[in-house]
Formats: sequence, structure tokens, C-alpha cells
Amino acid sequence: MTSTLPPGTAPEGTPRQGRPERLRPALPGTLTRTSGLGLGIAMLWFSLLVLIPLCAVVVTASEGGWANFWRAITNEQTRAAIALTLQAAVAVTLVNVVVGTMIAWVLVRDRFWGKGVLEVVIDVPFALPTIVAGLVLLSLYGKDDSPLGIDVANSGASVYLAFLFVTLPFVVRMVQPVLEELDPEVEEAAASLGASRLTTFRRVVLPALTPAIAAGAALSFARGVGEYGSLVLLSGNLPFTSEVASVRILGAVESDNPAAAASVATLLLVVSLLTIVALDVLQRRVGDRG
Amino acid sequence: MTTSPRRPSVTALVAAAALVLAGCGSGGSDARTIRIVGFAVPEAANTAIAEKFEQTPEGEGVRFTTSYGPSGDQSRAVVNGLKADYVHLSVATDVDRLVDAGLVDDTWDDGPNRGIVSTSVVVLGVRDGNPKNIRSWADLTRPGVEIVTANPASSGAARWNALAAWGSVTSAGGSEAEATEYVDKLFENVVSLTNSGRDATQSFLGGTGDVLLAYENEAILAAQNGQGFDYVVPDTTVLIENPGAILTKHSPAAEAWLRFVLGETGQRELALKGFRPLDLEQPGVADLDAVGLKGSDIKGAPDSSDPFPTVKNLLTLTDDFGGPGWGGVKDKLFGDGKDGAPVGIVTEAIAKSGKAAQ
Repeated sequence: MTSTLPPGTAPEGTPRQGRPERLRPALPGTLTRTSGLGLGIAMLWFSLLVLIPLCAVVVTASEGGWANFWRAITNEQTRAAIALTLQAAVAVTLVNVVVGTMIAWVLVRDRFWGKGVLEVVIDVPFALPTIVAGLVLLSLYGKDDSPLGIDVANSGASVYLAFLFVTLPFVVRMVQPVLEELDPEVEEAAASLGASRLTTFRRVVLPALTPAIAAGAALSFARGVGEYGSLVLLSGNLPFTSEVASVRILGAVESDNPAAAASVATLLLVVSLLTIVALDVLQRRVGDRG
Repeated sequence: MTTSPRRPSVTALVAAAALVLAGCGSGGSDARTIRIVGFAVPEAANTAIAEKFEQTPEGEGVRFTTSYGPSGDQSRAVVNGLKADYVHLSVATDVDRLVDAGLVDDTWDDGPNRGIVSTSVVVLGVRDGNPKNIRSWADLTRPGVEIVTANPASSGAARWNALAAWGSVTSAGGSEAEATEYVDKLFENVVSLTNSGRDATQSFLGGTGDVLLAYENEAILAAQNGQGFDYVVPDTTVLIENPGAILTKHSPAAEAWLRFVLGETGQRELALKGFRPLDLEQPGVADLDAVGLKGSDIKGAPDSSDPFPTVKNLLTLTDDFGGPGWGGVKDKLFGDGKDGAPVGIVTEAIAKSGKAAQ
């Protein structure tokens, strides 16, 4: 097998392609007028849409005082709901990491009839209003009229199913472009040097994909933690069985207890933040090593 | 790379944003507009009433803007600044919230109708032909009967269901302990606790459960929309009273509108969509003659000769639960333990049912 590099590919040993030197700020702390304006708009936008609302949630949670915060998040039913939400989000994210990567692999590396359709269909969970997703899932996996003979409606399993559905695209869509950029000839080179397929995957492909997988996992987890719409018809919201945290938040709001609602929201916020940070650190570590 | 070509586009973006913001601020109202904020169910009826109202001298040239959604959400939206002249909500506690916020006069329920504009009753939705032979509240606690209901914790309207269940025991002379035991058993049989009445209906139509705790008007409206289901009107049930109120700051036409809704035409249109017309003498007894209708005019009711059967033992907030209003039962049944207060009996029953199922 010849290993001529396609034109434009940097030969081994040259520095990795990065951003052109002159686009970086000359010194840390100095900004050109344009980039200063850009940063200003970015921060303003981000503050108005994200930071200030998040602060408001935390402030509302603190209004009830520590005792009320603690009571809200340690309420037995709420605790069970939070535990179920986090368990399902973690489990579903792990599944997505494996299955999502695999789907991305199939989409990029294989040619088959209907690939274009699959390409589009992957995004449907993104586009579908979640309540419709719930209806579809209920008609397929609900009681009595399930054409597949599977009944998960109103059980804990329904939460996992709904999370799987809505989080499916995240890992696929993060991994796919990276995989497309990844040159198959590098794998061929590894193979020609005697690496087994597994070793090639582990040592060559996986490190390149890890940042994308981690980013997809973070999105998938965060989406799962906050999911509500697809569950409303499917899960039955049974306490200790299929009730998720967002339903408890809704209940607290309806009972005119915004402090309790914000307390649960704050807890979920902190957990999501920690997870995203952890995955981000993982992403950087691997990225740096690569 | 030069960056100067980018600057105009940024400026344009900022200018566009400023225009959008300015545009939002200028959406005012005028004297001939009535802004209706309501819970989802009476939308069809209100639309029909509005058409009739526009044909009256008082309603000539009046325009309507409407917003419909879950009762509690709508009430909170008004507190948070959603402009309204008239609110039509599912439970009076949602109007109380507006009174507390200073948006509705606390005299809103002083009139002869006590602030109520539409009424219905709690019914038991069943599968075609009633295979589980559900006749009364007592049947619901039989083993193997699966119940679908909206969650009284997350849906204000679902509190009517729980109140009817509770009242079915207390009104028959049962003690509070017996009523609590009954409610506990009832929630043990619940297989789906949705967040709204509409979701509960969807879930039931999707095949879940044997019994749906429903409202007569919603069942009739669902049948009119081709999504009907059989239902049983139990001998003992609760009169659902939906309040309507004009906000303290309202357009002049709103007062005429409220009078019109309470009048014959308004109640006729509400009846056509499944509500029982208001009857101040005998609440819940539908006198169709009084609004110029025959039984067969009510489409979607199971028995067209008697679309609104008289309930033997109809409980009302005022007569049976320490009303008017929910003050007598709200915390006792539905309290969520805020600030360390005792948890309500229904809230507790829901939690217990979950633990028992584990």
C-alpha cells in the first residue's frame, strides 16, 4: 500500500495547523477596538440571556433561607425525583457516548442506501416539539395499542426512553464533523505499521474524537436533566417511580412556593455545571495530549 | 485580514435590536379592546360569545385579544405583567393571587354569582361500555382499577377531582380519618398523574388506565372535537365553579362584556360547549330553557335528552367545604409543607402511594 499524502496534508513533523499567528491578540489584556466591541456584545448578550436569569434563580432559592432550601431538596419525594433524573441522565449519556459515536461512524465511513435520509432523520429529535415526541413515544411504547408489544408508559423505564430519544443527536452531531476531518489514511498508516484494528481505534481514532464525544456528552446530560416536555404524557409522573425533578419544580410553582422551585433548580444547575466543567476538563486534557 | 467591513453590520445589528425593543414598549391598548386571559377550556365558548357580543350596541366595534393556557400559569403571567381586562380562570385561588397582587378588587366575588361565570361537575371517564362497571367513587378503590388524573399538586384544576373524592366520603357522614384512608387508597390506584387536565385526557385516550377523573364540560367538548369518551356522572360529585373577574384597571367595554357573559347569550354559548349554565337558585342544575336551548342542542353529551343530568348529591365549596372559596380546604388537603407547615392530606396521599409502589 502506498502512503502518499494527498495534496495539502501537512507532512509529519510540521506544527499542527492552528489559527494564523496574527489573529491572536498581541498581548494578553490588549484588545483592538473591534474585538473589544465584539467581546462587549458577547458578554452583554450572554448576561441578558443566561447569567442574570441564572442569578435570579439562585437569589430566589436563597430567599427562603437555608432551612427552606434544605427542606425543599431533602423532601423525600423531591429527592427521589432528583435521583431518578440524574441516574437517567447519566445512563443515557453513557449509552449516547457509545451508540452516538457508532452512528456517527456509520454515517461518515459507510456508504449505504438511504444514508441521506438517515442523515436528516437524526436531527428530528432536535426539531420535534417535545410534547409531540411524547405523543409519538406513547403511541409506540404505550399501553394496549403498542404495535411493538412494548409497554413502558407510566414506569421508570419511560424516563430513560424519553431521555434517549431527545438526546440522541447530540453526540452524533458533535462527533460526525470531527470524524469527517479525520484522515482514514492515518489509520491505514497505523495498520501498515502493524497496529491491530482495536489498537488503531484506541490510540489513533479515539483520542481525536474524545473532545467531541465529551462535548456531546455534556450537552446530552444537561438536556436530560432539564427534560420535561417529552415526559408529560409518557411517564405518568408517579412519585418515587417516574417523577422527574422538573415536575417537582412545576408542582412547587403551582403551589406558590417559588423558593422551593428555585431550590431544586439551583441544585440541578450546580450538578449540571459540575458535569459540564468535568467534561470540559477531560476535553482539554485529551485535546492537549493530541 | 482587515476588520473594518464588519463594523457596519454590527452597528446595524445594534440598531435593529434597539428598534425591536422600542417596538415592544409601544403596544398599548385602547378603550375598545378587551384583553381576555383565560384557562384553556373556555376558549371555544369565549370566542363564540365574543362574536355575539360584537353584534350588540355595547359590543359594537370592540376588538378582542386573547391568551389561553393553564390556569395557574395564566394567573401568574398576569401578576408578572401580562395585560388583561378580564380573566376567566379554573379555580378561585388563581383570582385570589391577583387580588393579593392588587390587580383585582377584593369585591370581585361580592355579586350574586359570587364571581363565578361558568360551572361544570367532576365526572368519571370510562372505557367504551364501562367494562370495569364504574358507578361511584367507591368503585375507584377496588383492586385492579387503574386511574388517570391530573396531579392536584401541579394543576390547580385537578384539585376539583381530589375535592370530589374527599367529599364523597365526608358528605356521606364519613369521618376525616375515613376520608383520608379513602384518598390514600384512591391514589394507590392512580397509574398516571399528569400536569394538566388536557394531558390526563391525552394519556387516557392513549390507552392508559380504566378511569379518567374528568370534567363534564371537557368530556363534552372532547366529543365535539372527535375525541370523546364515555363517562359516568356519580351520585355524589363536586360543582366546579370557574371564576371570572375584571381587573381593577380595565377598558370600559370589559364591564359590559362580563355582564354579557353572565347573561342569557353568554351562558347559552357556554352551555353549547359543555358547561352547565349558571343557576343561582339551584347551582349545578342545568335549566336549558332559561338560556333558550333544548337538550339535543348540546352536541357530544352521551344522552341528548338529558345532556346535563341532575346530580343527586352535588357538593359545593360554599355549602360543603367551608367556602365560598378554597380557604377551608386548601392547606388542609393540598398544603405542600412550605415554611414547615403540615403537609396536606392529598399531597401526603400522593407521596404515600409512590412509596407503597416501590
